[in-house]
Formats: sequence, C-alpha cells, structure tokens
Amino acid sequence: MNIAKPNSYRSGPDERGHFGIFGGRFVAETLMPLILDLEKAYTAAKADPAFQAEMNGYLKNYVGRPSPLYFAERLTEHLGGAKIYLKREELNHTGSHKVNNVLGQIMLARRMGKKRIIAETGAGQHGVATATLCARFGLECVVYMGAVDVERQQPNVIRMEMLGAKVMPVQSGTRTLKDAMNEALRDWVTNVHNTFYCIGTVAGPHPYPTLVRDFQSIIGNETKAQMQEVEGRLPDSLVACIGGGSNAMGLFHPFLDDPSVEIFGVEAAGHGLTQLHAASIAGGRPGVLHGNRTYLLMDADGQIQDAHSISAGLDYPGIGPEHSWLHEVGRVVYLSATDDEALAAFQLLSKLEGIIPALEPAHAIAKVMELAPKRPKDHLMVVNLSGRGDKDVPQVGDILKGKTK
Amino acid sequence: MTTRIDTRFAELKKQGRAAFVTYVMAGDPDLTTSLEIVKALPKAGSDVIELGIPFTDPMADGPSIQAAGLRALKGGMTLKKTLQLVRDFRKDDNVTPLVLMGYYNPIYIYGVDKFLADARTSGVDGLIIVDLPPEEDDELCIPALKAGLNFIRLATPTTDDKRLPAVLTNTSGFVYYVSIAGITGAAAADANAVGEAVARIKRHTKLPICVGFGIRTPEAARAIAEKANGSVVGTALVDALKNSLDAEGRATAKTVNAVAELTAALAQGVRGAKQASE
Repeated sequence: MNIAKPNSYRSGPDERGHFGIFGGRFVAETLMPLILDLEKAYTAAKADPAFQAEMNGYLKNYVGRPSPLYFAERLTEHLGGAKIYLKREELNHTGSHKVNNVLGQIMLARRMGKKRIIAETGAGQHGVATATLCARFGLECVVYMGAVDVERQQPNVIRMEMLGAKVMPVQSGTRTLKDAMNEALRDWVTNVHNTFYCIGTVAGPHPYPTLVRDFQSIIGNETKAQMQEVEGRLPDSLVACIGGGSNAMGLFHPFLDDPSVEIFGVEAAGHGLTQLHAASIAGGRPGVLHGNRTYLLMDADGQIQDAHSISAGLDYPGIGPEHSWLHEVGRVVYLSATDDEALAAFQLLSKLEGIIPALEPAHAIAKVMELAPKRPKDHLMVVNLSGRGDKDVPQVGDILKGKTK
Repeated sequence: MTTRIDTRFAELKKQGRAAFVTYVMAGDPDLTTSLEIVKALPKAGSDVIELGIPFTDPMADGPSIQAAGLRALKGGMTLKKTLQLVRDFRKDDNVTPLVLMGYYNPIYIYGVDKFLADARTSGVDGLIIVDLPPEEDDELCIPALKAGLNFIRLATPTTDDKRLPAVLTNTSGFVYYVSIAGITGAAAADANAVGEAVARIKRHTKLPICVGFGIRTPEAARAIAEKANGSVVGTALVDALKNSLDAEGRATAKTVNAVAELTAALAQGVRGAKQASE
C-alpha cells in the first residue's frame, strides 16, 4: 500500500478515533451518549495527577509491578542467535497482562459512578482480571464467555465464579470470543444507565482502543527502562502475540518512534492460513465490526467468518484498529504461528526455562524460534510473555496424550 | 426529492391515521418464501416495509432476529440477492415504501457507491443502519441522501435534548424511536413514556415519528399508534414465521399465511387507534 509515512507513529488517533481509515465509532445510537461520556471522563482522568497516583499505588502493591525483564539464558543458548529477554507479564496478579487495563478501566468506572461491570472474555484471562478487580472494589461483575471457551478454559471459569462474578455462557453464533462480545454489547445497550463495559483488548469503538493501549503501555515503558538498565541501550526487536492485540500494543507503542527497533506481531494461524485460522491481517481485509473498522475475516458478502485457534484468547476474527494501521504504514511486521508451532513452543519454554507459558504467548515464542537463530548474538530480542499457562494445562495435557486435537 | 416514504406519510396524515410498519428478514427462511411474504405484507395492511439485511453479528438484535438472519444466511442469502428481492417486489408494487435495515459491514464490503446505485434502481426508498450514528455520517448517510434515498435515524431513550439535533440533522423520511434501551424483542415499552418521548422529539422535528422495539400485539400496536405516527413490529412477525417452519427450519404451506394473518391482526389494531392531534 502506498501510504505516506507519518512524522510520528504515536500521535493517533484523530479526534474522531481514527488511525488512518481504521477505528471510528460504529455503534448503536443508544450507546453513543455513553461513549462520548467515557471519552470525556478518560480525558479528565488522564489530566488528573491523583488518578495516576492512585493507579500507580495499585499497580505496585496489588498487581506487583514492575514485572521483571528476564534474560532467557537457556532458550538463547538453544536457539544460538539473538539474546532473548522475556517480559514477565505472566507474573502479574491474575496471571496475565490483562490486569493492567482492567485496573485503569475499573478506576474510570468508579469515577463515572457505575456500579455494574460487564466484560467479554475468550481464554478467561480478561474475565478473571475483571472479576478480581470487581471483588476488590465491591462491584457487580458479569462476564460473557463463548460456550466453547467455557468448556476449554474451565479453570478460569471456576476462578471467576470464586471471585463472585457471574459467568454467562454464550450460545449464539460460533460460541467463542466474537459472540461473547456481541452478547456483552447487547447487555450494555440494555443496561446502559448503570453499566460500564470493560473491554479487554485494543478494539471496539473509540475511545476504547486508545485507553486500553494507554493502560497497557506500562509494559513497553518498563521494558525500555529495564533494558537501559541491564544492557544500556534499546532492544533490537520486539515480539508479541496478537488476538485483539492489547499485550502487543502495550509493548510496541512506546517503541514505535525508535526506528532501530524491529517489531513483530504474531497472529494465530490455527490449522494453517489456507485452512481455519484467526490471522485477520494475513487472511482478512478491512471491514466494520464491534464498533470499529479494522482487518476482519469475512466472506465475499461481508459476513464474518469463524476464526480458529488452539488458543481461546486469539480465537477472534478481528484485530485492534491501530494494528491494522501499523500494518498498512509498514511499521510493524505481522507474522503468524500455527497451533502445532505454538504447542511446540509451549513445551520448549516449559522444559528449557521452567516457565509454562499460556498458549497465547506460545505463538510469540514460536516465531522467536524462527527469528532468533537468524540474528547475531548481540541482537537484543524482547518477547512479551503475556500470560501463564496454568489455564491451558488440562487442554494441552489432553492434546499431548492424543485424546483431542 | 420526494420518496415513496414521504408520499405514504402525507397520505396517512390526510386519512388521519398512524402507519403500520412491518419488519421481516430478507431471505428468511429462503428467497422464494421471503419474496411471497414481502408481497403479502401490503395486502395484509402493512403501510411501510422494513426488510432486514442478514448479518452474522447483529449486535442490537435479540435471539429471534439473530436466528432469522442465520436462517437466511444458511439459505444462501446475500446483499445482492436482497436487492434482487426488492426488484422482484417492485414488479407488482410501486407504491409501498421499502426500507432496508441492517448493519454497515455488508454494505461497506459491497461498496457504498455501487450499493446506493443498485438500491435506488432496485426500488429501495430508505436505509436504517443500526451501527452508523451521526458521528459516522460521512460513511453512508450523506452519500445516501445525495443518491435520493432517505436515511432514517434511530433515536433512543438515551438521546437527550442536547444530542437530538445532531441525530436529526441528516435524518429524512421518518424518525425511528427505539422505545426502550435494549435489543429487539425485549420487554414492551410503556405507552405513556413513549408519548412523552415522542412529544419531546416533535419539538425538534416535523418528520413523522415511528416507534418500535417491544411491540408484539394488536393492543400494544394500537396504544403506540395513539402516541406516534407509526407502530413498528418485527420480532413478533419473525416469531410467527419461525413457528410455521418444519423441524429442519424449512418453510411449510402455512408460512406465508402465518405472517400475513398476524400482520392483518396488527394492522387492525393500528387502524383502531385514535390519532393524536399534531
């Protein structure tokens, strides 16, 4: 695509929520007044030092930040190339990066006087983080989750229920993350007067992609400072998995204007790009769904197609609009990893580093296995280990025993 | 530019009665049956037809209309075939206003300019696109108005006086007041609350105001018709259609009649309404 390179890759979106042609506010009229309120509330919160100070307190003492930047020595030796660092987001309270964003949104919800929180979840990581903070602040919590995902991510369903959340299995459509988001939007339209929709990724109507990105950017900001401390310079490359793309955007955004840093996003290629997969950029094109224009998997009539990934958290036929823009302007390179590649990476990291990753970041590790050997030993590569694999242990155990596939 | 919608509402005003607006899903459960149903609607008393464009992810619709869209898609329905359905309907009926209602993505993928040209030549009079608020008017609303189609906007209980002017600015044909904050097929609205809302909107526009969401019975349709310029019924008709299908979800000999009979009963309700003075 012939798109002019911007002066900064970090200045978006415009006042109407657009990153190039992507983003926007494609929602029902019922929701528009609330979305405008949310934008106002977020702008005010951002400018309020007390908001930031309160959030920093919880990030440090409740979430456990900063998360370590860990030199993966044995993985580095094994691959024989780039020096690999893991950004340990899986060590956060609740076990993934999701909590960074949820904390910010719950604090916004409290500022706006909303007492009821709804969320959609795929793997259950965002649902668990939302249930956790709702418990902490005494808010009602309803989590929509595709019935297929309820089945394959049982440990997280049990966790959410223990935390006092109501988990609503979604039976419509393909019964995965996309349908959970439809159902959450339907709840929101119905209960708009008292309900805050806590979106789990950098997608949805403006201002969600921006505010989720901002709350997740702590990942990249910490990485920058930590790398400076241990290596005295910027990393040479960043790698992160992408479903909607919030952990990736959080790591990438602070580095977008550092031209020496190569950036790789890894989509889920499922059974392969010619078969069922969840790689919206590799296999989709721009369309409008869930409040924004972005790359989507769809048929010739504009009907949304089923995504497939072994990882429930990546099993979504779209991607955040800012990623679509970063793809079109060429700042980020989007790759994809298959189910089998992710499974191999899952096992490799477990055995070499004693870290069981979630299936989502296992996709990022899978591409590190390809990229790192081709790079020199002084190349510094950071991979976002966005979540831990506890929730996937039963599923992967079954697959490895050959019970299901 | 005067459309069939403008003409129809002018006639109804002269007759001193409210409009009965019917919604059915294009291609539900198959193209042939769907065309017969659409043809039967005006004969059964429908004044304005809203024809749903099937979409996989209808985020403002309840279970009944979601299922109707999926039945249509399973039967091979597309936007192109929806326009063909309108063209076939127009062979016999050149007066009943027909509005396409749905979500933006199928239109965006079809191509906005090509869609508007094809919609116009097919005999479509207006569009109701749920996920295009005034903030996105450049996408389809402005081009549609330029192409001579009405763009009918939804106003909702959350659309306050401050926001109403923005919602009404590029609206034409009629205003569709969504009687509840919610999805299609949800609980019924209170007629008195609707009356107050309609009066509030009337202070901002001269356009007719039709009210939908939650209206299922002739009595409810009449109660709303006494407060507004039209009652819209969708889910109840879609449910009547569904209840006439066989176990595999295929049309039966009863299907067209099931929709026509309920339409006739609802139309009686609307016609029994005492029209509120303007």
